[in-house]
Amino acid sequence: MPKTEFWQGNVALAQGALAAGCRFFGGYPITPSSEIAETMSKELPKRDGRFIQMEDEIASIAATIGASLTGKKSLTATSGPGFSLKQENLGLAYQAEVPIVVVDVMRGGPSTGLPTKISQQDVMQARWGTHGDHATIALCPSSVQECYELAIDAFNLAERFRQPVIILSDEVLGHMRERVIVPESDSIALVDRKKPEVSPSDFVPYKADPKDDIPAMAGFGDGYRWHVTGLTHNEWGFPTNKAPEIEQKMLRVMRKVERFRDDIIKYDTESIEDAEVIVLGYGSVARTGLSAVREARAAGHKVGYFRPVTLWPFPDKELQAQLDTAKTVIVPELNCGQMVHEVERASCGRVEVVQQTLVNGELFKPSEILEKIKEVV
Amino acid sequence: MPRPEVMDWLRTRFFPHIWCPGCGHGIIMHAILRSLVDTGKKPEETVIASGIGCSSRMPGYIDACTVHTTHGRSLAFATGIKLANPELTIVDVMGDGDCSAIGGNHFIHAARRNIDITAVIMNNNIYGMTGGQSSPTTPIGAKASTAPYGAIEPNFNLCELAAGAGASYVARSTVAQPNICEKYIKKGIENKGFSVVEIMTFCHTQFGRRNKIPKPVDNINRLRDKSVPKAKAEKMAAEELQDKIVTGEFVEKDTPEFVAEYEQLIERVRG
Ligand SMILES: Cc1ncc(C[n+]2csc(CCOP(=O)(O)OP(=O)(O)O)c2C)c(N)n1
Ligand code: SF4
Repeated sequence: MPKTEFWQGNVALAQGALAAGCRFFGGYPITPSSEIAETMSKELPKRDGRFIQMEDEIASIAATIGASLTGKKSLTATSGPGFSLKQENLGLAYQAEVPIVVVDVMRGGPSTGLPTKISQQDVMQARWGTHGDHATIALCPSSVQECYELAIDAFNLAERFRQPVIILSDEVLGHMRERVIVPESDSIALVDRKKPEVSPSDFVPYKADPKDDIPAMAGFGDGYRWHVTGLTHNEWGFPTNKAPEIEQKMLRVMRKVERFRDDIIKYDTESIEDAEVIVLGYGSVARTGLSAVREARAAGHKVGYFRPVTLWPFPDKELQAQLDTAKTVIVPELNCGQMVHEVERASCGRVEVVQQTLVNGELFKPSEILEKIKEVV
Repeated sequence: MPRPEVMDWLRTRFFPHIWCPGCGHGIIMHAILRSLVDTGKKPEETVIASGIGCSSRMPGYIDACTVHTTHGRSLAFATGIKLANPELTIVDVMGDGDCSAIGGNHFIHAARRNIDITAVIMNNNIYGMTGGQSSPTTPIGAKASTAPYGAIEPNFNLCELAAGAGASYVARSTVAQPNICEKYIKKGIENKGFSVVEIMTFCHTQFGRRNKIPKPVDNINRLRDKSVPKAKAEKMAAEELQDKIVTGEFVEKDTPEFVAEYEQLIERVRG
């Protein structure tokens, strides 16, 4: 029997991670994410898992990557300033292809900004925060139920694609309490990283299977010897300066995500088939957007709703497919313009893209989005 | 030539290594490998972690579970590895810059937790890899590419720092005494807690060239001549010790180790 819980978003996220098999958490307190660490500190020892509060966020993600190298599903959680600190080691996890999940509960920025207020100002930090090219996978919940469910998805994707997966939650979602339906644990589909099927002497640590471009991963302590580095490396994991080897590595790690983008991308729509105006919102904003869309429909306007659940890779094909009837896409965002540019790119000039911005630490009211809809219809 | 029993621990397929001919880092690698062999460790249950620097390239050449992390952060990675799999033996190799400048915070916290990791610091008093900039251990007056008029900053005493922060084994030797290095590293590996073995080495290309000691052999002799065993140093005046390297074991104590404490916590919670 599924259970019903009344959880805060941050607690649901931690519970989802545990249900996904997460057995290691490395963190450093920061509002509005701390309840994730607090929940993990309480729950992990009960499951023979390990929790550690490190000396800072740099150390937290480092410990999280280290734990994953031993085969444990590992999580770290933070908010804006901490997410900035994690970026260098996040890059190492992309380069060394180490699965981890990183949660950023977005608050107002830049800098210390607004610790207790919502924003969506880290969307591009999630995409491009670390230096160098890499294929980002970032998921964005809109409800407490989704905090739970996307935590499971994030671990499954991290394990499957052998790379970091980011969850972009936000302050409102993190602290809001809602009903969560918790499925029975044996009904949850879990993915584990591919383990090598060859003997230790035949193990070539970064030799990818051409079927999916993903190399099998041995855990430290599993009887294999191998080298992990943040330097660009060849199939042996050893640093290389050879142009063909560099290119092979770079293109493979981009391709392993691009090839399977259809499996990764999730989105949600309502009343979109004949919509002339589409409201595209994500995270907490999507909920306000949806109620505005419903009100506009009730008033007889042809308005639809599109919500990317996967922010990266951006669901461009999926959005494009909705643009036959639409003339305008409104993008309400709690920043001065981040995802709106992605929408412009994806829509290829076929529609007018209207930016709606709010950066005062508050959420949009449905009436504000409704007003914008009325302006454009 | 390496001792034959360490050959199984070398990734000879990845040679030649990147170190300058004569660099002190090779002597330290050999001492680490001998210590691992002598303590009966298995390569597939041993992790060698490092940060970034010439010294930190060492894990690439050791055929174990090896991880070359980001500059200064290796102890944080190693902490996650050890806590997640306490069965593993962990040796964390660091340069002086890696350990005490960018990595200073992780260093003191690893010592405070007394986590069962052996930190081997290869102190050449300079940033070798990036071209001879000054480090927190560059002696006052010595020249570096970012201290063209001589360094003016006081130095860290890394052993005192480790002892003050809570490490349960702390020792210092020099590459002029490789057998003593080996003995200390071995004791570090056997100590259940955070062990710090500082090994004074040299970078003849970056430090030596700028400070009129460009030949490896002169650097080794200099390290030998400047070392003073702890017992002797205790009877010497502060002024006499100014330019000297005090060698020996400074801390050997039995204090609670972090991972073991966590395992007990799990037992308590799970009943
Ligand atoms: C975040 C970051 N800052 C700076 C560097 C550049 N860097 C590479 S190695 C190094 C210094 C290494 O010196 P040390 O740790 O003393 O080791 P050595 O090369 O002397 O063995 C620096 C500053 C880097 N790689 N990453
Ligand atoms: S630059 Fe200095 S530390 Fe680096 S390999 Fe050469 S001698 Fe050794």
